[in-house]
Amino acid sequence: MNLLVLNLLLALAWMGFNADFSLGGFTAGFVLGHGVLWLGRPLYPTQRYFRVFWGSLGYFLWLLKEIVTSSLKVAASVLGFGEKVQPAVIAIPLDARTDLEITLLACSITLTPGTLTLDVAPDRKHLYVHAMFGGDAAALCAETKDSMERRILEVLR
Amino acid sequence: MLDQIAQAIVGILAVAGAFFCLVAALGVVRLPDALTRMHASSKAGTLGCGLVLLAVAIFFPGLDVVARVVAAILFLLLTTPVAAHMIGRAAYASGESPAAGTVRDDLADGPDNPRRRLLDKAGGR
Repeated sequence: MNLLVLNLLLALAWMGFNADFSLGGFTAGFVLGHGVLWLGRPLYPTQRYFRVFWGSLGYFLWLLKEIVTSSLKVAASVLGFGEKVQPAVIAIPLDARTDLEITLLACSITLTPGTLTLDVAPDRKHLYVHAMFGGDAAALCAETKDSMERRILEVLR
Repeated sequence: MLDQIAQAIVGILAVAGAFFCLVAALGVVRLPDALTRMHASSKAGTLGCGLVLLAVAIFFPGLDVVARVVAAILFLLLTTPVAAHMIGRAAYASGESPAAGTVRDDLADGPDNPRRRLLDKAGGR
């Protein structure tokens, strides 16, 4: 993650050289610095910066899309058309192990409407999720594991 | 021309945000129990606030406003799940929810039930 500091310093240097301390100046400096560091990838073979950076950006955009689509689903249900509300508490087995992985997964589940993380099992083997449309527990469990958890673990591991 | 397009986008975003806030309020009234109400209030509210904030950022395109909008949306996304998690867990542990009509409850009979853990802790002291 030292490359992130280096990238920020390059952006700062760019802002200094241009005497342009604005959002545009920072963005230009950051993009240029990112490109320069990317060209020098063979110099730091063990780094994970580029994968983590682009992975997190991609994950953030995917999460935004999920929030919008499932908000529409919840809104339709609240207004009386759309899927029938079938609340359920579902145990989802965890592949995530570290604090960061579990926290990110729990927060992502809570952020997408329709699902709400209630509790983490004390032995960290399960996540207890309250779902608004829990009619098909197995499908919901598989969907969370296949899309959300897989994406988080791909970025972090 | 560009100005009018920006105005139209601001209008659409503001109305969409207000719509999601209205749905959140309706959901709190219409849904059956505390946990399902959390779904409507915390989440639809986040999206509603986010959309209205975006509209503000486009309407006042200065750096100071945009920076504050970005910070506000970021902290909304960071704090909402933590609060929702704590309120939901407290609602479950207090025995309030889940209401009738719940199709499945993996937490009720297991050893991980927060209500039971709370009672054990209180009894053990």
